Amino acid sequence: MSSINLMINNKSYTIDVDPQMPLLWALRDIIGLRGTKFGCGMSLCGACTIHFDGVAMRSCTLPVSAAAGAKNITTIEGISENIDHAVQKAWIELQVPQCGYCQSGQIMSAVSLLKSNPSPSDADIDSAMVGNLCRCGTYSRIRKAIHRAAELMS
Amino acid sequence: MSELLISELLVENGKTRTSRRNFLKLSGLSGAALVLGFSSGPGTKKLLAVGNVAESFRLTPYIIIEKTGKITLMNPKPDMGQGTFQSVPSLIAEELELSLDSVTILQTGGEKEYGRQVSGGSSSVRGNYFALRKVGASAKEMLLTAASTTWNVPVGDCYAENGKIIHRPSGKSLGYHELVEIASKLDVPQDPKLKDPKDFKILGKNYPRPDVPLKSSGRAIYGMDMEVPGMVYASVEHNPVFGSKIISYDDSDAAKIKGVQKIVRIQRTLGKNKYDAVAVTADNYWAAHQGRLALKIKWDSAGLDQFNSKDYEQSLRDLAKTEGTVVHTDGDFDKSFADAPIKLEAFYETPIVSHSPMEPMNCLVQWTGPDTVEVWASVQGPDLIKGELSRTLGISRDNVTVHVLFSGGGFGRRLYPDFANEAAVISKAVNKPVKLIWTREDDTQLGPFRPLTFSAMKAGLSSDGKPMAFQHKVISPSMGATMQEKRDETGESSSMTEGISTQKYELPNMKNEYVFSEIPIPLSAWRSVTSSTVAFAHECFIDEMAVKAGKDPMAYRLETLLTKDSDTKKLLIKLKEVSNWEKPLPKGWGRGVAQYEFFAGLSGYVIEVSSRKGDGVKIEKIYSVIDLGTVVNPDMVALQIEGGVTMALSAATKNGITFKNGQTEQTNFHNNPIIRINEMPEVEVHILADGGPVIKGVGEPPIPPFAPALANAIFAATGHRIRRMPFDLNKV
Repeated sequence: MSSINLMINNKSYTIDVDPQMPLLWALRDIIGLRGTKFGCGMSLCGACTIHFDGVAMRSCTLPVSAAAGAKNITTIEGISENIDHAVQKAWIELQVPQCGYCQSGQIMSAVSLLKSNPSPSDADIDSAMVGNLCRCGTYSRIRKAIHRAAELMS
Repeated sequence: MSELLISELLVENGKTRTSRRNFLKLSGLSGAALVLGFSSGPGTKKLLAVGNVAESFRLTPYIIIEKTGKITLMNPKPDMGQGTFQSVPSLIAEELELSLDSVTILQTGGEKEYGRQVSGGSSSVRGNYFALRKVGASAKEMLLTAASTTWNVPVGDCYAENGKIIHRPSGKSLGYHELVEIASKLDVPQDPKLKDPKDFKILGKNYPRPDVPLKSSGRAIYGMDMEVPGMVYASVEHNPVFGSKIISYDDSDAAKIKGVQKIVRIQRTLGKNKYDAVAVTADNYWAAHQGRLALKIKWDSAGLDQFNSKDYEQSLRDLAKTEGTVVHTDGDFDKSFADAPIKLEAFYETPIVSHSPMEPMNCLVQWTGPDTVEVWASVQGPDLIKGELSRTLGISRDNVTVHVLFSGGGFGRRLYPDFANEAAVISKAVNKPVKLIWTREDDTQLGPFRPLTFSAMKAGLSSDGKPMAFQHKVISPSMGATMQEKRDETGESSSMTEGISTQKYELPNMKNEYVFSEIPIPLSAWRSVTSSTVAFAHECFIDEMAVKAGKDPMAYRLETLLTKDSDTKKLLIKLKEVSNWEKPLPKGWGRGVAQYEFFAGLSGYVIEVSSRKGDGVKIEKIYSVIDLGTVVNPDMVALQIEGGVTMALSAATKNGITFKNGQTEQTNFHNNPIIRINEMPEVEVHILADGGPVIKGVGEPPIPPFAPALANAIFAATGHRIRRMPFDLNKV
């Protein structure tokens, strides 16, 4: 066991866990932030997406020992206080989610995309979002909502 | 008076909260609340209010209006992404003149007074449409009467709007909560006047869903997110070769892992099946999983590891040559087919697929006494958990308390509460609340799965292409036979041939059959059930008949096969119109049509594809028409159709589930892929909602006609006839 220091949503946490524990499970089971979801455990589905110093990353294969190297890890809970990030506003305006389970990861990937590319094309959206699976098939909505969020942010 | 346990879930006046228990004593409410719902005495279905309970019926409150101003609506249909969190309570809210922003929505917990609380069969909205509107309308009439009494004015001078009763001449108003004391003592109108649909504020409109902000911020609570004090996590090692038995196991390495607590041997119960397994419990999921990986188990899989898809599929092809059970016959198929100048035969094959919802199976169970248990679950029906745990644990249904959370996808998988039973068994053994979480590999490999169905098609045509004889023979294993103790041959021959004998096509001398095949794999309902596979054979073969008759497939359906009016004909005419069917397409393109009608409803597609000159095809456009009769949330319908397209496209073009050495070859999304955003085609949705007494379902109808419409389009574009799913769009 090791004492690991993590900065999550600009708040400091010290946890005593196996350094190999994926950040996903530290967030959910140790720290109690359950917005980040478990979908596959192999970084194939994107449900566990967080930001490592602003860059989208899958937390199910990121050991806490590596996560400790981030200046700040952002989770879905840290995107906004009042569900009013432009991406969230677009998601609500366009009523994107169905079951909603993949949407934390979708939103984290979308926020990361728009940070680096404020006016993405459909092909840019495909590339950035291809790692986020949705079994309910909300893909068309996600695409429209990303364009709408880009509009709101411009 | 009765006591009700209500689990407060998530949404209250737009604010988020964590789930907690909340006892609501009805006796303490009399005078302080109006509680309205259906009574479920023997035989009667009477609307009752709290103040009136002289009878010995138990009250089932769908509406609770408290003196404090709080209004709660009960939702008897779990939301798995199909929108029932909004659509079902809105049936009450519409009639009761309430906006959904002003109410708390709670999920029912399987109490028998609410009847069937299963989200399945595409029945949640249409099954409750009139009953719940009546509940809302009745409450409104009581509140109007209460106001007219309070003010001493004619009731006709009062109207309801936005949670208030307003006196039209003077403009004075009272909130519902201010009228509750008087209203709760009134007689309940048994046959209240329902609103005219033209006055609807919510129903039929794109009303924002209250769960959307929660699902867009990580605040929606799913089964996997629940927590109770003192709980441990469990990870279970099963053998993906079904029926394998544990000879012995060594858990000494597992026990050494930090955080691991008790390790117990259990059985997974799935219907009649009992599968050996070993459960590792720990302080956190990661430790439990590491413990499970460190188990050393000696398994006996003798004989069971022979099952493989290649040999099984061949056995189905061989079985196709035998006579089956006749499920439908009219006229004389054998003679008419023999006499037909043009004969057509074709064989269609469709695969096993997994449900693979994004949230893998999981459940939280706590024993609150030697015979009482509390369950928190992502599930398609709390009553299903009550029934299953009562059966498997030998306890009374009344001793099973279920809290329904949002489900991260259901698609039929969450109808089978093996996950609840497994968590309960582990919890009993380790004497702590247990949160069981399956890995994605468990979820992919352990089933139950959608059955594969093969179809032997035959048609006899006259020399001018009219049908003279028709046969659809389904060869398949049966879901029921893999899950139920006693095989129900009549039931299975009906359920495994869903829809093939009831399409509106005028097909004379039709003789349809079912040939049963044993299988050692558990099988179950998957979104649209058997229609998801048999419709492929049925609608592709109708196209083959059209082509043989030298007719355009749309014209053949409309003019030759549907001379009489029907909803099907109306649907196809609409499809023809919205898709501009007769407009010439660019060179190398083709379009295909398909429709299917079954227990859940009726829908169809026209799909356009372009051929990439030997490098496969691209889906260019999808037109969808769904026949609903009445629509509650049109935007949700569009979402469900887009979702149905995605799911059907995955099932048609991705590899599906295959077996080798007794287990699935697929384990996770790399070898059991589903459609990704870059593969998602645009869908144009049209809803037929001209009113009428029949309301049709939404969730499942978009699935069955998709694959045949696509295969028919591919034929039109390339001349290549596809008779087997899955097919690779890059290789046709």
